[in-house]
Parts: sequence; structure tokens; C-alpha cells
Amino acid sequence: MELKFILESLLFSAQKPMSVKELRDILANAATAEDADEAAKPYKKTKEEDVIAALEELAREHEAAARSYRLACVAGAWQFVTQPEFSPWLKALVGVKNRPSRLSQAALETLAIIAYRQPITRAEVEQVRGVNVDGTMQTLLERGLVEQSGRAEVVGRPALYSTTPLFLEYFGLRGLEDLPAADELRRIPVEKPIAPVTADAGLATVPPEQLQLTDEAKPEAAEEQNPPAQQS
Amino acid sequence: MAEYKVQFEVFEGPLDLLLYLIKKEEVDIYEVNLTKLATQFIEYVDLMRQFDLEVAGEFLVMASTLMYIKSRELLPVDQQVAVEAEEEGEDPRWELIRQLVEYKKFKDAAAQLQTLEERQENVFPRLPGKIEFHTEAEPKKEQIGIFDLLNAVNSVLKRFQDKTAGQREIYEDKWTVSEKMEFVLKTITERSTVKFSELFATAANRAEVVCTFLALLELIRLKQLACLQPEPFAEIEVTKAVAPAAPAPDENGTTSEAPAETPAKATSPAETADDVDAGDEDAEEDIDDDDDDDDDEDDDEDDDEDDDEDEDEDEDGGDESVEPLKENPEAPEPPKS
Repeated sequence: MELKFILESLLFSAQKPMSVKELRDILANAATAEDADEAAKPYKKTKEEDVIAALEELAREHEAAARSYRLACVAGAWQFVTQPEFSPWLKALVGVKNRPSRLSQAALETLAIIAYRQPITRAEVEQVRGVNVDGTMQTLLERGLVEQSGRAEVVGRPALYSTTPLFLEYFGLRGLEDLPAADELRRIPVEKPIAPVTADAGLATVPPEQLQLTDEAKPEAAEEQNPPAQQS
Repeated sequence: MAEYKVQFEVFEGPLDLLLYLIKKEEVDIYEVNLTKLATQFIEYVDLMRQFDLEVAGEFLVMASTLMYIKSRELLPVDQQVAVEAEEEGEDPRWELIRQLVEYKKFKDAAAQLQTLEERQENVFPRLPGKIEFHTEAEPKKEQIGIFDLLNAVNSVLKRFQDKTAGQREIYEDKWTVSEKMEFVLKTITERSTVKFSELFATAANRAEVVCTFLALLELIRLKQLACLQPEPFAEIEVTKAVAPAAPAPDENGTTSEAPAETPAKATSPAETADDVDAGDEDAEEDIDDDDDDDDDEDDDEDDDEDDDEDEDEDEDGGDESVEPLKENPEAPEPPKS
């Protein structure tokens, strides 16, 4: 029996999303039971990596088959879920999901900053957003999408915030690596200015002629104005 | 004018407004003309005042930053550079652009999260019902009494006896019965049947075992769980209790072989909370006493005799049910924990 099909059958009948560890334990239990089937014995010492590899292969196969459902890994646990396109009929079947109201734009922005930069202090979030985030933070904490994960070892020891497993579930993410454009945003590199900010046009009052920038002056200024490196 | 008002409501702050202005200009953030932007920004802040919108402090800070940038631009380049090097060594324009770019990225990320949020709303997990293989053969499992449970928990506690002999440790009161009740219920929900010892597999010391056991007793009292023994001398299994209303007649019908025992224990509605509470306390005592083998045997005997009586007693009242356990205080060793 191929491992991936065994796992498929387990996930098909499981009452809840299964973690890789749980699946591996089931394989071990099936092999060590007193009346263990001969077929189950070879999987006694299946490694977690093998389970993951098999699950991923299975997920790819399901994806390729373009069925109405797929194998999804959310917050480290695997389960079969339907494709979103079929929600009109599923809603008729099971009723609308009992889900809290959607997040506001402010909450989503705050959450995005925390998700990519965690652990992060409130002040750092405010620095990025340019506005006070007390209210939105409170909402996120109340909804359990964000939690306090420690204190920064700086003056005042401000609280650090991180996302919770519920955050991953809420957005259907496998893990933090699964966040969209994760590589680019997680630890922000500071972008070098591609071109200097032009100062020659658009002033409220046009400066006197002698103050106008000459064409030669501009590239010079650009070089000198390029700050060497920024601390984020 | 009304058009502006609507737009104001969506700005999440000065950076958001700046991004909007840049977008309106249809230029790259890196190429935007900040002096022109400053003028527009301040126009908007003025508009906000006209509409009696509360202008948040952040907008004013941004306006002043922009004014500063704009005023610097009025100076010839050579002088500008000199001033800058002296003061902070950092170009405020670049600082602002960097902040804008960063904010823009997170705003985009937030939009992507929103898409995910909407998508996830329409994803339905497969949640199959419990697979029921139980047939009429199942109910033949023996219902077990409090003494069987006590014996079982004693054997679990033996695990800790050797380790803690002669030692006293003060444990932090980490476990609560209600927490353990949740744990037990969760375990049972995940798998329909759990072996008695499995519930205690993770327990680290006596106190935790006692806590879990009390939780178990409480759940049995609340008719949430049932304890069964698949065959004599087999390990006790804990399962979800059958729905309390319906099964009474069924069980009478199917377990006709042992009618005296099961219905009395499992479904006697006369059993009041007091009875079982008394049982709980007994259990606690029993655990606290370090039971020797003698005691175990005693219990066994009691069990055999009482099996039928016991059920009756339970129905009669709590006073009597305490009786068989009066032997326990005579146990040779003092309580250890």
C-alpha cells in the first residue's frame, strides 16, 4: 500500500484536521497493534519528512486533477477542503459559516505589519502606518488573531506582538512562510532611492533664477544625498 | 465638495493620503515631486478643517515634515547639502519616501490578506460524521462501578509511588478540575474510545492524576461519559455517554442478561448529585491513602459483594455509600500528598 494513499484515507475519514505528528502516530499505532495487519507493519517507523513528502505529493495530485476539493494544510494540520467556487451550493447545504465580521482596512494593515515583522512592538507598527493603532490592536487581540509574545529588551520593555495559530486558520495559511510575498516583506531591506527627488518643478512659488538647479548640479546632489544605509 | 468628504473617510492616516495623492499624479513613488505633494497635502488638510473633520495630530506632523522639505528645496543645492550634513546626515525626503514605500508594501499585503479572507470564507472543510461501527453486540460491555475505577486509578498512582517514596515535594497547583474536564472531553471527542490509562499517560505527578480522575468522575456524574469494560479484567474504557433520554429503554432491552446491574448504574435518574459528590470525596480519600495490596484486595471483596448492593445504595442515599470506604482511614500509611 502506498503511503500517500494510506494518508489520503486517514484524512478522508478524520474528524478534524490532522497534524503530521498525529498521522505518523496513527501509522505507528496501526503497525504495533496486537492484531496488526501485515500490510501495516512496514509503516511502523515512518519518518515525519516522509509523511510530509507524501502529503505534498498527494496535494499536488489533487491540484492537478482539478477536482472540486483539494488537500489543504492550514496551520500545520492537513484536511480536505472544497474549492471556493463551490460555496454557493455549500452554503445552501450547511448554511453560512459562522464567522466574525470581516476585518477593517485599518485592522488588515496592522495585521499585515505584525504578520510580516513579528515579533514587533506597537510603536514599530505605528511607525510604519504613521497613525495610532491602539484601537485596531485591541480589536485584533480580542479576536485572538494577535497575541502578546514577550517584551522587547529595550528601554521601557514594551510588549511584543505576534500572530496566533488562529490567524493562519482565519486566512487559510499553512504557516508564516505561506504569507503572500513573504520573502520581500518579512525583514525589510531598505530600498535605495532609484532616482533623487526632483526639486526643480512644482514649487509653490518659482524660485528666483539664481536659485534654480542647474542640470549639472542635479546628479551631484543625487550622489551626496543618497544616505549610506538606513536602520529600519 | 461632497466628493472630497467621501474620500476622506477612507484614508487611514497621512501616509495613506500621501499615497492617494501620488497615485493621482500617476508617477512612481521614487519620482514624485515632494514639493508639489506638500502643497496638495496641505490643501487637503485645509479642506478637512472646512468640513469640520477632526484633523488628527498625525496629519499635522506630516504637513510640517512636508513644509520642512519644501522650505529646504528653496535653498540652492550647495547650501542645502551643507545644512543637511551638519544636522542629521539624513535626507528627510528620502526618509519620507522610504516610509511611503514601506507603507505601500504593507498596504498591498493587507489587500492580499483581504483576498485570502474572502476566499477562506468560501472554503468548506470536510467534516465527516463519526464512523459508527457499533452494533447491538457493543452494549454487552460491562458497566463498571466506582470501585473498579478506584482500583484502576490506584494502579495508575503506583507509577509515582516508587519515585516519591520518602520524599515530599510541594507542587504548584497547576491543574484544575475544570481544565482537566476539558482535556478529557477533548480527548474523547477526538477518538471515540479511550483507555483509562491513556487519560493519565501525560500526568506528571500524583496531584495531576488526582485532578484528572476527579474530572473524570465529575463527567460521569454529569452523564457525559461512560466507563465500560470490554471483558472481565480488561482495561477500563472511557467513552461518550449515550444520549441520556433515549437509551434507557434500549439498554434494558439489549442488556437483558444483566438487567439488575446496568440500568441501575447507568440510568438511574434518582441518583442525586449528593450521592455522587460523596463518591467523589471518597475517591479523593482513597487516592490520598497509599493503598497497600491489602486495601486493594479489600476493595475487590467489597466490590464483589457490593456489586449489586452498591447500586441499591447509590439509589438509597449517600450515607450508606460511604460505608464501605470507612476501612480506608485505617490504611497503614499516612497520606503522602
